[in-house]
Amino acid sequence: MCRIGAIKSLNYVHPSMALQLMQSQQKGHDNSGFAMVMHDLGGIFEKYKHLPTLSMAASDEGVRQAEDILHQAGFQRVLQWVPETDNRPGLDINAMPNYVFETFDYPKSYRNAEQKVKEDLLLDMRLKLRDALEANEEGFVYSFWPDVVTLKEIGNPRDIGTYFRLWEPDSTFTAKVITTQCRQNTNYDIVRYAAHPFHLQGYTALANGENTFYLKNVEFQRKLHRGYIGFESDSQCFLYSLHYVHRELGWPLRYFKDVVTPLPFAEIEKRDNAQQLKAIRQSLGHLEINGPNTIIGVLPDNTLFTCCDAKKLRPIVIGRTADTVVLSSEVCGINEVLPDRDWETDIYPHEREMIAIDDNLEVQRWNQ
Amino acid sequence: MESMRVQDVTPNDLPWKIRYDAHRCTLCGSCVAACSFRAIESKVEQRRLIFSEGEFPEPKARFSAVPVIRQVKSFKNYCRGCGICEKICPNDAIAPVRNPDSRHPIITRCLGGDSIKRGGRKNLESTVRTLDKLRVGRISQMTDPSLDAQRHTFDMLAPFGRILPPQKLPMGVGPDGLLQATGTTPPVNWVYPVIIGDMSIGALSWRMWEAVAMAVAYLNEECGLPVRMCSGEGGVPVRLLKSKYLKYMILQIASGHFGWNRIAKAMPHMVEDPAGILIKIGQGAKPGDGGLLMAQKVAEHIMAIRGVPKTDLLSPPNHQGLYSIEESVQKMFLSFNAAFKFRVPVAIKVAASATSVSVYNNLVRDPYNIVGGLFLDGIDGGTGAAHEVSLDHTGHPIVSKLRDCYLAATAQGRQGQIPLWAAGGLGKTGDLAADAFKMMCLGANGVFTGKLILQMAGCVGNDQGRCNACNTGLCPVGITTQEPPLVRRLDPEKVAQNIVNYFLAMDTEFKKLMAPIGNSSLPIGRADALVATDQAVADKLQIQYVC
Ligand code: SF4
Ligand code: SF4
Repeated sequence: MCRIGAIKSLNYVHPSMALQLMQSQQKGHDNSGFAMVMHDLGGIFEKYKHLPTLSMAASDEGVRQAEDILHQAGFQRVLQWVPETDNRPGLDINAMPNYVFETFDYPKSYRNAEQKVKEDLLLDMRLKLRDALEANEEGFVYSFWPDVVTLKEIGNPRDIGTYFRLWEPDSTFTAKVITTQCRQNTNYDIVRYAAHPFHLQGYTALANGENTFYLKNVEFQRKLHRGYIGFESDSQCFLYSLHYVHRELGWPLRYFKDVVTPLPFAEIEKRDNAQQLKAIRQSLGHLEINGPNTIIGVLPDNTLFTCCDAKKLRPIVIGRTADTVVLSSEVCGINEVLPDRDWETDIYPHEREMIAIDDNLEVQRWNQ
Repeated sequence: MESMRVQDVTPNDLPWKIRYDAHRCTLCGSCVAACSFRAIESKVEQRRLIFSEGEFPEPKARFSAVPVIRQVKSFKNYCRGCGICEKICPNDAIAPVRNPDSRHPIITRCLGGDSIKRGGRKNLESTVRTLDKLRVGRISQMTDPSLDAQRHTFDMLAPFGRILPPQKLPMGVGPDGLLQATGTTPPVNWVYPVIIGDMSIGALSWRMWEAVAMAVAYLNEECGLPVRMCSGEGGVPVRLLKSKYLKYMILQIASGHFGWNRIAKAMPHMVEDPAGILIKIGQGAKPGDGGLLMAQKVAEHIMAIRGVPKTDLLSPPNHQGLYSIEESVQKMFLSFNAAFKFRVPVAIKVAASATSVSVYNNLVRDPYNIVGGLFLDGIDGGTGAAHEVSLDHTGHPIVSKLRDCYLAATAQGRQGQIPLWAAGGLGKTGDLAADAFKMMCLGANGVFTGKLILQMAGCVGNDQGRCNACNTGLCPVGITTQEPPLVRRLDPEKVAQNIVNYFLAMDTEFKKLMAPIGNSSLPIGRADALVATDQAVADKLQIQYVC
């Protein structure tokens, strides 16, 4: 079983907090990898929030190819950050030669373009890069989006932390939202793309569980949007459904829950909005999930949310202090990073609940 | 000595021979009276007994005339193997025995000069069914635990009606941040995933038809299973049209339009809408052929409901005036949706065919969003009457065709928009839950079934040539006949009870199949839950091969 975690804070926090959050839960995962997506960046990226940052792991050739493609398209690099690595012998890490975090300015012709046009461009660029680098496994392009960085690696999370010097807090590499998970997907081949969290156009999702409607989801999503590709893990389906419901259909977040875990028909009939709920269930039946799952997601406005499947549930706890909210599969993780919180205010969501935390750390709870 | 005439018909030429034990027979006459086909008769046989009474052999002969039961030597009144004589005989003195050397298919054509007609189903010997080469092989364990079939709740409903693609839903975000309807969507009824499929009130006896209707009402009102029944072509009793039970009925219109006069006239008096309209274009058991109700079965009440004289009632093979798929869509749009003010979903039923995918593709592109379902009927379906050559040799198996249609929809991202309903030999082994479940994993939203319902009622027919006499109007168990003495053999309440019990059993079995794959709603399209023990089947259906 995976363990998943997320931190949302009023202050910029360092990934060491995410490592700590997961460290105490390591009995529950197999220590086969470490992955995180950071939103709302601080440190060296803080000044460049409006510009897209490329997160990539690649060979030298891969880096060269990617940069060429971006330059050809007119992107201009404004910042490059290469994490200093600790390559001491004996670390359990299957590292790629280069980890690249580069921020680019948009091509000139796009600088005054509408937001939507820019966002489509960024997606197309990422897909193009991924495609180009995939052929010879020259690299893995995780995200190319403003104010978002992604790191994914195969190995022991503790050693990965050591390698990237993530155990030592500093102020250069921080964010207000960090989502994280410490296990490579075990149902499928171990490839870097298969590790959640997954990111698409400002949306991030990660999940703990098994989606038995994977095939149904995949077959439907493949035709919904050009960005819905890969499907290396069943949890990617959650990201795509989230993106589709919230961004493509433009529906409020709470309807994501009605799409992935619709109410039983008998229950729908009793509701005032039965007509809408039924229409959703009918038209989006192929995005329904089944099996035990807990999902954590982040929206482009940095709202953090969580919800579970309709029946079997995977655990999730939400612990809070005045300036930080932490989501974790196991409460021991929260105890580790927020030892002084009032644990009586911890939230254990139920299967029909959707919990969202906004930028003021206000917690909203919707019952389906 | 009599001379032998080769051309004479003898029991040896017929599909069934009667095994008769004169020693056990008390000559009560029950079997002769019970045989609706007049395939046995009482006769007198001459017997010769040689005996000797003295101390020394002094053989004498005694002749006697003995009454016996004998098989009729006729290619018309031949034994159907229905076993009613055996059932009724108090002494176990008589029974039919299958005759592997039958010459019946040949002599019937030679002597009759006409094509053979019968009812029932395809009788050609077949290999192991495709569905029996599939298993539910993806079992939830460990990370994805199974559900508990007894304890958990399951949502087992299937759509009847057109489903809009999500981006076309007329909904917008209102001022309160909630979704609001900004228009109307086509009507969709969510019903039990097994529809009792279209058997007309002419094909069935009135008792049988009423028994099914009774079972459906009971399943809905007492058991909470929203089972729907399709009327078949030929109308519905006016009493039912005007009752609240109409909501459990799917009204069928076929190429003969039989019965629609009355339905149209009853519309102003309806207190409920019907559950749907099913336009029958074709039928799996006799594709390319229209309905056929032999004059023998056109009784008084059938003449009244259909508004016809006593004669063979043939529905044409085509809907006159429908020359293209687009046109048929138009026609449905104009006539039926409009007739019920767009509140009642309309679906079409076609025979599975090598061309089904093209038909389906055209339907899913229907710009009016009016086609509310495609009912695909495979070769193993049943029929009340058909030419044997159609029954045995025309048609298309349902399994791969249903899958082809689902995959065609998937390739366009349109799965689910026109619900797929499958039929044709499902439940042939008696286990409809397993067959239906597998079809759903392959992409069917639900299934429909007819023949099996008759078997629940007591039909003795099978696909090895037993009975299949539904066309004759002489159904020995009162199911497909309008002859009052035969109809009275059927106890409608018992039939209704059997149907209800079968559905309850099947409902439990569905749960027993959903629980191990860990699904609480129907696994439509979950082909990953199936494995095939046959490589060719696995390849064709795009599922995992196992051995
Ligand atoms: S088996 Fe049926 S058809 Fe044959 S003799 Fe007996 S009752 Fe008649
Ligand atoms: S028992 Fe009746 S319904 Fe069944 S096959 Fe014979 S005639 Fe047809």
